[in-house]
Amino acid sequence: MSKSFTRYTGTMAPLPIQNIDTDQIIPASYLKVTDRSGLASGLFSRWRYRDGDPEGDPISDFVLNRAEHGEARILLAGDNFGCGSSREHAPWALVGYGFRAVISTSFADIFRSNALKNGLLVVPVGEDVSAALFDAVAADPATEVTIDLEARTLSLPGGGETNFEVDPFARRCLLDGTDQLGYLLNQAPAIQAFEAANAARLDTRSD
Amino acid sequence: MSRPRTLFEKIWRRHLVTAGKEGLPATIYVDLHLVHEVTSPQAFTGLDERGLPVRRPDLTLATMDHSTPTDPSIDDARLRVLDPEGSAQLDRLQANCERHGIPLYAMGDERRGIVHVIGPELGATQPGMTVVCGDSHTSTHGAVGALAFGIGTSEVGHVLATQCLLQHRPKTYEVRVDGRLPEGVVAKDIILAVIARLGIGGGTGHVFEYTGEAIRALDMEGRMTVCNMSIEGGARAGLIAPDEVTFSYLEGRPMAPAGDAWEAALDDWRSLPTDEGAVYDRTTTLDGSALEPMVTYGTNPGMAIPIAGAVPEDDAIEPEKRASFRKALDYMALEPGQQLQGKPIDVVFVGSCTNSRYSDLEAAANVLRGRKVADGLRVLIVPGSDAVKRQAERDGLAQVFVDAGAEWREAGCSMCLAMNGDQLAPGQYAVSTSNRNFEGRQGAGGRTFLASPLTAAASAITGRVTDVREVLS
Repeated sequence: MSKSFTRYTGTMAPLPIQNIDTDQIIPASYLKVTDRSGLASGLFSRWRYRDGDPEGDPISDFVLNRAEHGEARILLAGDNFGCGSSREHAPWALVGYGFRAVISTSFADIFRSNALKNGLLVVPVGEDVSAALFDAVAADPATEVTIDLEARTLSLPGGGETNFEVDPFARRCLLDGTDQLGYLLNQAPAIQAFEAANAARLDTRSD
Repeated sequence: MSRPRTLFEKIWRRHLVTAGKEGLPATIYVDLHLVHEVTSPQAFTGLDERGLPVRRPDLTLATMDHSTPTDPSIDDARLRVLDPEGSAQLDRLQANCERHGIPLYAMGDERRGIVHVIGPELGATQPGMTVVCGDSHTSTHGAVGALAFGIGTSEVGHVLATQCLLQHRPKTYEVRVDGRLPEGVVAKDIILAVIARLGIGGGTGHVFEYTGEAIRALDMEGRMTVCNMSIEGGARAGLIAPDEVTFSYLEGRPMAPAGDAWEAALDDWRSLPTDEGAVYDRTTTLDGSALEPMVTYGTNPGMAIPIAGAVPEDDAIEPEKRASFRKALDYMALEPGQQLQGKPIDVVFVGSCTNSRYSDLEAAANVLRGRKVADGLRVLIVPGSDAVKRQAERDGLAQVFVDAGAEWREAGCSMCLAMNGDQLAPGQYAVSTSNRNFEGRQGAGGRTFLASPLTAAASAITGRVTDVREVLS
């Protein structure tokens, strides 16, 4: 699984619903895995398949089941995307399905943090940009946008581009394809110094 | 003399291994890392792939809670047949903890329970600490004055390997609840009212600190209920300043400091509360004396109303939010303007890290004592820990539930997230003391009304959404 992101151009799958929670992105019944596999089929399974069962019939009007959006690798969603549980299975499922980025007016904190650690770029945009993107996709599902992480820009369908905010550290890691644990491990001397200066408050093995 | 600081700032500063600057996150030290079976296996695999040890197994504590059966008749052998995947996950946690020397409260251990119930119960979570867990309801531990928040599995790996996390400093948000709560109004109603006011994204990027007379008057378990649902308001953490209530709760608990260490800890803890004159980034105030028992009608915890109220009309909802509002009502099979009171229900669930502690069960038992559960209604009472279960059995609460016709279960997360087989059937309505009413959260097609243990118990008697004040009067 690539954890890098530089630039991507492609179409969008519109999901104009606010407060899409991580239970919708990947229901708890999929959380029994001990690895990261098999989650793509559970992605939005309750909205995507009859009775939420990937073996069952696809619900034809759900965006991921519509032919014109089948190839989309950017999710365009309503406000506060990814609220609820801390399950990293949510970005794993989105990435497993093939999504490269999510565009929304806002993201829940834990989801944002999890997504950026898995090569899934979260692109926050203003309400006007969001509305323009939904309109453009409704008018022409083949509408493409380009997300440029180096420049921190999102191209707009009518021409021009908009800047977006991204955590500078996460951006560096995504551009370089490095993971954050390496950075933390390099701080071992500082961690050791902190431990020497601050006695532990408890010993969980003592009880 | 240093400038006045908030409780959050004091804890944050104490835990800085390196301060963040020029866009780099800060590195903060973690005093206690709680671990459970669902969000840890991939983190341990990541460590193994790099050949890394767990840096501080002595600051790590594991339990089994999310996918454990609460049906007393399901033993280990039966679980392996009924739920091989869940069983394998429990085995994996056991193996990972054994290999890395992490204390684990496995099935059958009398210290086992929901991770956010046992942390405070054991005195492991203490004022001024940083506490993390791969679970969004880690905010619960903020009730003791600890900075506690949920993390993803990548971050679980970071903490296992380094005992540290990379974090940008969040902003602070004072949530002040003044006044005295009326009869029948409890901690759960406070937090549902707060989320209804702020919206479920209202606290994004912030840490809540709950202040005010109504918060101070809560016992520790009520404070845990409030902090628990901070994440439902979008805040990763919620804090309540430690006070005498906190100290008397913690004193004598197995992992709390004792003797001279207790006295030293008290001196330290008394320095934690927010200084006079400290400034929060945002503040909101609610009048606790005007609150009523709350119940949710929709598919997120912000969609809550006073129990005597009605589902909003379309025109009360901002135009751009109407489609989502309608989607929620369609899922719940409710109409705008409809009263919830009197709505027939199928299940009552008393449990979860929000409301499964002794005082929650006691509140429900006081309503149910000498009464019967409505015909055809399924009522599950799921204690938050084995210790809560034993105490409730010793004190006769369990018998009250059994006599009333409720199911008395083993400790676990159970129907809150329905990954252990305890779940609603499609179309069923439940009054639940848990924390999330998302679509399908308690079982595919299930419909959840979130409420307090008092409201849940009152509704159990009538088989309908019921105002506890009418049952008590």
